Amino acid sequence: MDTAVTTENEGSVWGGGNRPLGASYGKLMMWFFIVSDALTFSGFLAAYGFSRFKFIETWPIADEVFTHVPFFHGNYPMIYVAFMTFILIMSSVTMVLAVDAGHKMKQNAVIWYMFLTIIGGAIFVGSQAWEWATFIKGDFGALETKGGRILQFVNAETGERAAIDEFALNLNEARIADARDKGVWFTDNETLTTFSLNEVIEGFKANPNILIRTETINENGHKTLLTREQSLGRLKDAVRVVEGANLIRNEYGSRLFADFFFFITGFHGFHVFSGVVINAIIFFNVILGTYEKRGHYEMVEKVGLYWHFVDLVWVFVFTFFYLV
Amino acid sequence: MSAVAHAHVDDHSHDEHHHKETFITKYIFSQDHKMIAKQYLITGLIMGFIGIAMSLLFRMQLAWPGESFWLFDTFLGKWAPDGVMSADVYLALVTIHGTIMVFFVLTAGLSGTFSNLLIPLQIGARDMASGFLNMVSYWLFFVSSVIMIISLFVEAGPAAAGWTIYPPLSALPMAQPGSGMGMTLWLVSMAIFIASSLLGSLNYIVTVINLRTKGMSMTRLPLTIWAFFVTAIIGVISFPVLLSAALLLIMDRSFGTSFFLSDIFIQGEVLHYQGGSPVLYEHLFWFLGHPEVYIVLLPALGITSEVMSTNARKPIFGYRAMVASILAIAFLSTIVWGHHMFISGMNPFLGSVFTFTTLLIAIPSAVKAFNYITTLWKGNLQLNPGMLFSIGLVSTFITGGLTGIILGDSTLDINVHDTYFVVAHFHLVMGISALYGLFAGVYHWFPKMFEGKMMNKNLGYIHFWVTAVCAYGVFFPMHFVGMAGVPRRYYQNTAFPMFDELTNVQVLMTVFAIIAGLAQLVFVYNFISSIFYGKKGPQNPWKSNTLEWTTPQKHIHGNWPGKIPEVHRWAYDYSKTYENGEYIIEGQDFVPQDVPLQENEEELQH
Repeated sequence: MDTAVTTENEGSVWGGGNRPLGASYGKLMMWFFIVSDALTFSGFLAAYGFSRFKFIETWPIADEVFTHVPFFHGNYPMIYVAFMTFILIMSSVTMVLAVDAGHKMKQNAVIWYMFLTIIGGAIFVGSQAWEWATFIKGDFGALETKGGRILQFVNAETGERAAIDEFALNLNEARIADARDKGVWFTDNETLTTFSLNEVIEGFKANPNILIRTETINENGHKTLLTREQSLGRLKDAVRVVEGANLIRNEYGSRLFADFFFFITGFHGFHVFSGVVINAIIFFNVILGTYEKRGHYEMVEKVGLYWHFVDLVWVFVFTFFYLV
Repeated sequence: MSAVAHAHVDDHSHDEHHHKETFITKYIFSQDHKMIAKQYLITGLIMGFIGIAMSLLFRMQLAWPGESFWLFDTFLGKWAPDGVMSADVYLALVTIHGTIMVFFVLTAGLSGTFSNLLIPLQIGARDMASGFLNMVSYWLFFVSSVIMIISLFVEAGPAAAGWTIYPPLSALPMAQPGSGMGMTLWLVSMAIFIASSLLGSLNYIVTVINLRTKGMSMTRLPLTIWAFFVTAIIGVISFPVLLSAALLLIMDRSFGTSFFLSDIFIQGEVLHYQGGSPVLYEHLFWFLGHPEVYIVLLPALGITSEVMSTNARKPIFGYRAMVASILAIAFLSTIVWGHHMFISGMNPFLGSVFTFTTLLIAIPSAVKAFNYITTLWKGNLQLNPGMLFSIGLVSTFITGGLTGIILGDSTLDINVHDTYFVVAHFHLVMGISALYGLFAGVYHWFPKMFEGKMMNKNLGYIHFWVTAVCAYGVFFPMHFVGMAGVPRRYYQNTAFPMFDELTNVQVLMTVFAIIAGLAQLVFVYNFISSIFYGKKGPQNPWKSNTLEWTTPQKHIHGNWPGKIPEVHRWAYDYSKTYENGEYIIEGQDFVPQDVPLQENEEELQH
């Protein structure tokens, strides 16, 4: 048909018949998927904020929890997680370089940068596994009271945290580890701790230089340290020994602390893991020359978007979980 | 291919001539948006049949509490000993009725059907951006529907914690019979549903952005497309938050975390959960839950705009105001969720903030209501069934919306919170209204879906009038029952002498509900018989302007046999005349969008 009369709308960017945002549908879908995934993470972080604010006076201090570095002994708060973060950000940088090499159709450069990105992602996931293992194992041990509060121990002379195996007495008590095959009525039980509650209490009484530290944060931003008398009084409330962490209880303090730690870093770790897998698939496609034949490396760009997003989410998780 | 004029537009029609369709690729794993739309519609209607049937069962229990019915005996079996409905199954029926109607019928059945059908056809695209993901989206929806139905048959019964599945009922498997396997299946089904909805929404958004034909600027889009587009956006924003709530809930249920649970004593045992908060769940849930009502309603409003303008033979009144209201409603819908939680123990100051944002929604809603009325004003009304349902929607949207003002205000809400007043409100404003939108859409676009066949008009009239009278018959008296204080979700109210006088009203509502239910059978008959024996109408049966009526009645992959039509005007040039009073096209009171501007014709500044 003859279009003698044109109107203002025709030919403009949003006028139809072209891509107003200059992106293919696949790339746009990735963007909108990222929006939706970002909202899932926002839901988790908002829930975390809500719960942490509820226990703002007793929340564990992250600097005292994440203090380990593999192959080194000693107290290095946040060093290893900072290293992980650095690795992840560097893998984003190599991803940018891969996308850029893709624009220039340099197959070999794309292969190398994708490879480095995958290695970075793998190091991150591996480090996270190590973080989890350390967190689950715990290092000092603590007691839990009837009310579910955590009591930790401090050496009064050094001012350092005291682990329960430093002072607990070995009473050679007969303790039975229940298991499914040892009883008719038995259904479920927790694994035995290294020391029984009684051994810890007796050990505490025998070591006058050990004090109890409660969850409550005082006005200086430190956990409250009880005197010896107060400590002995609080000890009466103890009902169990807690070592390390699981989804139900943990030696660091509030239960929600470990719950959110496992859930949020786990959900993020799952994203990184899927990202590594997707990157690997694309990596092999690049090696096979799929995109060289196709004439463009847009797939690299799409997985790049996802990878940057996963990286960005980590920045938020790192900020809210470890730094603040 | 020569038919493709714009090489830079993603085009999926390149293989239309040398690709043989088998039964499987045409009817089952189809990637054609028209077939997927029909699949969505029929799955949605079947789910709707189940959901409505459930509501009739529990309405009977409410009207005649404790009485024995063979119907209960037949359908509920062990859940109705001697034909008397048990309390557990009452709760389960209410829960599954809500879930099915909100998610499976009015989200997937309504927006899934018409977004799929109309987005490519009305914007002038050969198909959705990704036909494959579109197919996956439907089949995920199908799987989630099947799982939801399977959950009805597990031994301890389906989920019974209410469609909002608040913890602890939903989080502790031992809390009630439905908290066990039934609840697990509910969560699995919904997780799949969320994935389906996400894939669908991504497709709708991207298709509208990238695949509009030449000349189809955003301000020339039919309002249906605007509604589907914005609906998809709020779906992408709010469903993921439901996903986060559901994942945390699954952790609480199965892995012992305490996100939503604290200090619980049940069956003689103190549980280990400590520190969590059920109010946190409510916040996360309602951040989805409130936008969800607009995900349900906006497509219906979009359909109404289109059907009403066509059948009033008048341009839609205030096109830009309509678009702006859709956007405003979508934005506001994400910041009002707290009005569902006024008595949850939330900070009262926060309550007043949510009251303020909630009442703001009255503004765009009123703009839309008045625009519909002014579109009708002095129109040349063609009262066919689609139009009647559209007018019915405006009526229930206003009636239900007015009580929304009461419920949105925390001070007033507290008096009627969790009573039948709330039930009456949301059934009118989002349930009945959205169903009317669905029906309007089905009557209007039936010829497009089923290759030119028309539904029977007279049966449509019966369907509309019986439904309209009975819907008000059910939900109008329900307001008074609610104001008298009858709480929702109670199995029976016989223990409260103060409610004895209301029993007759309950009977009245139930009778209306049953008649309304039967009236839907007329629709079912009309729908099925018209698919096979419907009279074939003209290519453009409603003399409509939008592009879908320029396609041939016979469905082809790629929609248009030749070039995609170019668009030269907005979708609402009805009864447009030159200054001398002559119609633009002689003897025709409408000018389709693909007709170029004529000489001396002025493009209206809409």
